[in-house]
Amino acid sequence: MSALLETRNLTRQFGGLRAISDLSLSVNTGEILGVIGPNGAGKTTLFNLLTGIYPPSSGDILFNGSSIAGLLPSQIARLGVARTFQNIRLFRQLSVLENTRIAYDSQLAYSPVDALLRTPRARRREVESIDASMELLELFKLGSMADECAGDLSYGSQRRLEIVRALALKPSLLLLDEPAAGMNPSEAMQLLDFIRWVHGKFSLTIVLIEHHMQMVMALCDRIEVIEFGIRIAGGRPEEVKSNPRVIDAYLGVEGELP
Amino acid sequence: MTKFVKSRYLPATLIITGLIAATVLPSTGLVNDYLQFVLMSVAINAILCVSLNLVNGWMGEFSVGHAGFMALGAYASAILTVKLLPGAPSMLLFPAAVLIGGTVAGLAGVPVGILSFKTRGDYLAIITLAFLMIVKSGLENIPYTGGPRGMLGIPRLTTVAWAYFWCVLAFWVIRNLVYSKYGRGISAIREDEVAAEAMGVSTRSAKLVAFVTSSFFAGVAGALFAHQLQFINPSSFDILKSTEILVMVYLGGVASLGGSLLGAGVVTILTQCLQPLGTWRMVVLPALLVLLMLFRPGGIMGYRDWSWLKPRITKKLRSAKSKEAPLP
Repeated sequence: MSALLETRNLTRQFGGLRAISDLSLSVNTGEILGVIGPNGAGKTTLFNLLTGIYPPSSGDILFNGSSIAGLLPSQIARLGVARTFQNIRLFRQLSVLENTRIAYDSQLAYSPVDALLRTPRARRREVESIDASMELLELFKLGSMADECAGDLSYGSQRRLEIVRALALKPSLLLLDEPAAGMNPSEAMQLLDFIRWVHGKFSLTIVLIEHHMQMVMALCDRIEVIEFGIRIAGGRPEEVKSNPRVIDAYLGVEGELP
Repeated sequence: MTKFVKSRYLPATLIITGLIAATVLPSTGLVNDYLQFVLMSVAINAILCVSLNLVNGWMGEFSVGHAGFMALGAYASAILTVKLLPGAPSMLLFPAAVLIGGTVAGLAGVPVGILSFKTRGDYLAIITLAFLMIVKSGLENIPYTGGPRGMLGIPRLTTVAWAYFWCVLAFWVIRNLVYSKYGRGISAIREDEVAAEAMGVSTRSAKLVAFVTSSFFAGVAGALFAHQLQFINPSSFDILKSTEILVMVYLGGVASLGGSLLGAGVVTILTQCLQPLGTWRMVVLPALLVLLMLFRPGGIMGYRDWSWLKPRITKKLRSAKSKEAPLP
């Protein structure tokens, strides 16, 4: 299997704190990779590095074989890396349709002059973006809410819309940051089916940060465990589950003072 | 009647009727000079208001430098009509002067736009304030344009028809922009800049487009203003001028075309109607603003618009194809 995404000795420092330290991971095309670790392990920082929100302090990130370290987040997004956020970050005052269209817009080619004068080219592209976005929303049963404010949707629908918005980018890699946060176990299991369905339907590669262990174990092909920015274990779910270092990281070492 | 209001010809009909009225009425003598002056002021203020709204409303930043862009447009156009080509036929000279005013101001919008890549909120507000101070003190120290005394004897070229024409153009162009992918990017920046970038919005080009378009039309308004009053000096474009435009934006409604029109109209006409109150008129408008902020923080039409101002694109609601695997 080929690696779609690879980090090489990736390091990110915030002052004296090494949030990510010498991390080398690879994500294979088509797999669902789980990233787990205790709170503050650096999981979200890893996503922020992968999507360009922070530039790496050192090390490299390869996507499809070429380096994306130091690119702007929007450039990385256009290459096909989409994400959701731990705390939902929708454009709350904009409509559901506009939220989706904004992500789809990166594929619309027309210049600012076309936009200012609303040329036929701009108008055609606009129609195209509405049609494609509506189709996507319909697929996710959000079509009837297209004109509602994203901020007015229920929590579950907002989570769903965030994934739809990410999919409108037509990504090959989808990064999900705690999609089950704030969900009860039965909702989380529903989400599991949903992610599986999305994974197959859009032939995606998915990296998932999640604390909901049952879901991670059931969903992921492979799991990487990080603690204090360092990779401490990795492998198939059942290997990781029985790894003593992982158990230590989550439960603390026996006999050690907290 | 309702059928006509909803029809696609309404905006075009309104615009053309307006243009004919604006051209014909002044020469019939039915509209006196004072009323013409007020109408021109409404149009000029509406241009200022809608262009500032692009940055302060749609993009959600806070620029206080709008008067600076206006000053550049006013001076650039006045230099052309007073100093460079004083005798040229006005039918050609005036459109050129307004365009040059807009272009000079638009170019000045580029550095401010670039500075906005990294700074936002309060810090960007301070940068725009600094820009305004640079422009004002710069103009005060250039002897060519009369220094602090300003420029006199500018030909009276602004007519109701021209003011109306440029106002319609400003609204049309800004409407086009707002309902384009760049406009959606601009709104996304207001809502959540990090998420906008992560969704592939090039926030840099969106900010640049917003600042350049906004300052271009501020320059256009400045050119119209100079050729309406026939006299400009640097202190016509101080922070108070910026504040006046800010009041229109926040009273009329942020991120709204209709709101911009309403804000400019209400403020301009109210200041004229309240003349008999003397000094007290300075109290009425701010008090109105306080009340509005308490009960309607977005302004009269905040974040909403009349449907006839929006471009018409039909949305096809397709029913999901039954062949698709069902969504869990």
